[in-house]
Amino acid sequence: MTDRLPGFSTLAVHAGAQPDPTTGARVTPIYQTTSFVFNDADHAASLFGLQAFGNIYTRIGNPTTAVLEERMAALEGGTAALAVASGHAAQVVVLQQLLMPGDEFIAARKLYGGSINQFTHAFKSFGWNVAWADPDDIASFERAVTPRTKAIFIESIANPAGSITDIEAIAEVARKAGVPLIVDNTLATPYLTKPIDHGADIVVHSLTKFLGGHGNSLGGIIVDGGTFDWSKDNKYPMLSEPRPEYHGIRIQETFGNFAFAIACRVLGLRDLGPALSPFNAFMILTGIETLPLRMQKHCENAKAVAEFLAGHPAVAAVNYAGLASDKYNKLARKYAPKGAGAVFTFSLRGGYDAGVNLVSNLKLFSHLANVGDTRSLVIHPASTTHSQLDDAAKIRSGAAPDVVRLSIGIEDKEDLIADLEQALSA
Amino acid sequence: MNHDNYDDNYIRGILNSVKSIAMVGASPVNVRPSYFAFKYLAQRGYDMIPVNPGHVGKSLLGKPFVASLSEIGRPVDMIDIFRSSAHIMPVVDEALTLSPLPKVIWMQLGARDDAAAAKAEAAGLKVVMNRCPKIEYGRLSSEISWMGVNSRTLSSKRAPIPTQGMRLSLNRMSVGGAATTASDRAAKNKNQLM
Ligand SMILES: Cc1ncc(COP(=O)(O)O)c(C=O)c1O
Repeated sequence: MTDRLPGFSTLAVHAGAQPDPTTGARVTPIYQTTSFVFNDADHAASLFGLQAFGNIYTRIGNPTTAVLEERMAALEGGTAALAVASGHAAQVVVLQQLLMPGDEFIAARKLYGGSINQFTHAFKSFGWNVAWADPDDIASFERAVTPRTKAIFIESIANPAGSITDIEAIAEVARKAGVPLIVDNTLATPYLTKPIDHGADIVVHSLTKFLGGHGNSLGGIIVDGGTFDWSKDNKYPMLSEPRPEYHGIRIQETFGNFAFAIACRVLGLRDLGPALSPFNAFMILTGIETLPLRMQKHCENAKAVAEFLAGHPAVAAVNYAGLASDKYNKLARKYAPKGAGAVFTFSLRGGYDAGVNLVSNLKLFSHLANVGDTRSLVIHPASTTHSQLDDAAKIRSGAAPDVVRLSIGIEDKEDLIADLEQALSA
Repeated sequence: MNHDNYDDNYIRGILNSVKSIAMVGASPVNVRPSYFAFKYLAQRGYDMIPVNPGHVGKSLLGKPFVASLSEIGRPVDMIDIFRSSAHIMPVVDEALTLSPLPKVIWMQLGARDDAAAAKAEAAGLKVVMNRCPKIEYGRLSSEISWMGVNSRTLSSKRAPIPTQGMRLSLNRMSVGGAATTASDRAAKNKNQLM
């Protein structure tokens, strides 16, 4: 028997945070310090040897950042989390624990353009080879599995088109292949979808988007589902083998169901270095307190805007999974019943030029390369976020040349619709 | 007692009341999990006794190894069993011959023997299975939160100021926090396979 379980909004406000023991400060203080004094030589040695829990140096951990980590672990239903400097940093740190040079991972084709670049180019120079699969064709994931496959990577709600991925079906492929499923849950946030409940083993986020929510701070996080057995074969030596950097400790044996988060911290973040600043952690924590309220408004506005666009004569098509007619609506009702998010695309009958005109005529929507802000945002992916892809790859990832992407904010929806209306008829 | 899901107050009560802990299967090798737990609990002020017949003559952090529970020669409050499930019963049988009886039998993370637990409970002992006292101490004192771990507790109370070896910080009141349902399910499935 345990106490009753708190709800999502309670966790969003409270998880990880308590009054400061020294001062009584109720809001989590910003521990803007690089380092922390040791009690004595043995305490220092215990901390460096991973024998004690505690703070050493802000590249490895920080008390403000730790509150953010515990809160995100709680919201995702994971065992632990590690915050890093950006969503991209989270992806590097995760895969560094799983892949050796020459290994492979399978990734969904429908991803944030920056992730497609990172996987295709940057990771290639590490010897990590990506195999692409189509999230609308589950068998394409099965076909991509080889003996060197170490992980599968998908987005829950995929950037840019807001399409919904069948997490459970792909989790089943991962389970059969004996590899972890990594889900980038940035566009859904745990308020809309909790991937670990659907079979994901690891969740990553760009905290830069809806979680921070106000467009003011970069950040990323890795949440350990605590579900994967890293020691059942020799596939994941970072977790199962004695680690020379810690005198022969085996990470999973020592840390049990939060071993992956610890590996990311003490082998990944410690050595690669992309630490989150405590100030950013504070800003993002403050954002998360209102996540449920903001997501409700984001989704409500997005649906209203999508419905308006779907009925407009200048619009050729709207891709928003929250519309009953959308091809992803069935998956949306399963994985994101509270709302299909607030990032989606549409195409204009006037093609590329009409898209460029629309962007320049909007007066409230900001033309910039971000999503998940309180403000409504607009971008033309083909010439920006997805510009490095060739035309075929652009179309495959949902960023065809005539497509415009919106990220709907929390303004009054009537004002957003009026702005689009004037820009479409200008 | 529901051994699948302990109330935080049950665990807190045990960790707050026991003073001496005999660790069966303690290892002198400083990268083994039992060494970590032994050192951590010793630093929190518990009177730790290493029990391991293979290491008699050596000591662990200044505490001499004893070969078996009956050779401790003084009362102990808790027996922390760092052995796999198959080796639990003989240790519990031996613990139940001690006089006075220990108050608590604790089986480490991954170890569970329901028959041994029932026997100990019938003799009036408290039992914890498949948990690590280091992790539980760290969780309930929120120390483990510094590592970004989901402590599964929430509290609006100010904790006592932590100092080394301090045990009072376990007294902060809390309510249950976020569940780790998927991980618990995975652990259960794994145990059933074994
Ligand atoms: C779905 C998704 N994942 C990852 C990232 C990368 O995050 P960051 O910019 O914080 O590195 C982004 C950024 O746009 C994103 O939209």
